[in-house]
Amino acid sequence: MSGDTHLHYTFDFQSVFAAWPLLLGGTWLTVKLSLLAMVIGLCIAIVGALCKTNGPKWLRFIVNVYIELIRNTPFLVQLFFFFFGLPAMGVTLSPNTAALIAMFVNVGAYATEIIRAGIESINRGQIEAGLALNLSRLQVFRFIILKPALRAIYPALTSQFILLMLTSAVVSAISANDLTSVAAKLQSDTFKSFEIYIVVTAIYLVLSQLFSLLFRVIYRANFNYPEGR
Amino acid sequence: MLRDFGMGDFWFIVFAARWTILLSLVAFVGGAFGGLILALARTSRVRALEWAASLFIQVFQGTPLLMQLFLVFFGAPVLGININPWIAAAIALAFNTSAFLGEIWRGCIQAVPRGQWEAADALSLHYTDRMRFVVLPQALKIALPPTVGYLVQVIKGTSLAAIIGFVELTRAGQVINNATFEPLIVFGLVAGIYFILCWPLSLWSARLERRYAAALAR
Repeated sequence: MSGDTHLHYTFDFQSVFAAWPLLLGGTWLTVKLSLLAMVIGLCIAIVGALCKTNGPKWLRFIVNVYIELIRNTPFLVQLFFFFFGLPAMGVTLSPNTAALIAMFVNVGAYATEIIRAGIESINRGQIEAGLALNLSRLQVFRFIILKPALRAIYPALTSQFILLMLTSAVVSAISANDLTSVAAKLQSDTFKSFEIYIVVTAIYLVLSQLFSLLFRVIYRANFNYPEGR
Repeated sequence: MLRDFGMGDFWFIVFAARWTILLSLVAFVGGAFGGLILALARTSRVRALEWAASLFIQVFQGTPLLMQLFLVFFGAPVLGININPWIAAAIALAFNTSAFLGEIWRGCIQAVPRGQWEAADALSLHYTDRMRFVVLPQALKIALPPTVGYLVQVIKGTSLAAIIGFVELTRAGQVINNATFEPLIVFGLVAGIYFILCWPLSLWSARLERRYAAALAR
């Protein structure tokens, strides 16, 4: 029976660990892509959130269409749309660039909603109170607008980042050079698919736990004061 | 080599959506079952159960869905189990959905006011009766909006089955795009179908949430 041979499977992690420089390179690219996409996505989100809270009706409509389109379609389809669609319109781009574009367009939509909530959490009465206490405009902005708003959006924004990093595994579908693509390449070289994906999954788990620890430390250092209402 | 995008291609993609819907339903039903067990374990006050459930949730929420899919797809043959992409996708999605629904529902169970638990205790209801008649019906009301919202994530998640070769909506789009190279039409259509599936659920979830918030404010 051919099924029998499968039952005596011996795990072989040797060839996976031997490829650690490749895995490290892929991990670094995954982190780099995620950080870069998050920074650009945040810029989009700040503009989007300001448009949504202060913009004219047509601008709010456009931002809403963007948010709903992104949130109600899969990231993989968005990725294909950019990767195959932009070249069809005459824009040539590498898989890594297409991955980055798809990632920041995606995270921009989610972050817009988070930042809008942050803007709406600002308490107008407190601004007036600050001015009445003779704080300068800069002080009012820094301590009464920016810091509480940042605190309000921090948890949602940081978990969005971790989600983005995990979702970015999907960019291997267009052969970017991220961690999952490295895994796919190793798989075709060594045929040790199961071992490879166990190791790579563990790397993702370590990454997400490390970042969530880091974010908690930052939160405690900066925002750990009692609620002021 | 390339042919034009025709009506046949259009219907091929539209009809592939039935696999997306079916896969979503299987993943959701399986995930709801697993999620309920996890949520009950997380709120059981039995240390070992709480710990095991929380480890499960943390691992599934801390790793990419695509990796979970690959581990099932490439891991099953190692264990001597023959598996096709459809079964692998259904299992991986159900596990992933379990973890997320388990965490959402844990919050909903804990949101049922303490007094209700104490009252059930005072009436000397057993665990099963307390859960079945007092806690879970109230938790269900709180759970409805985020659960409907999560259904959107499940539908979007099924697109990853395309990567292991299961021909659902996204894979159908890839196949047609390879033959016609009309990416804007093809993936525009694919995205449009996902949108038609997901948007009403998003709207419904948001409406339920507003209604619930209004009921709380009263």
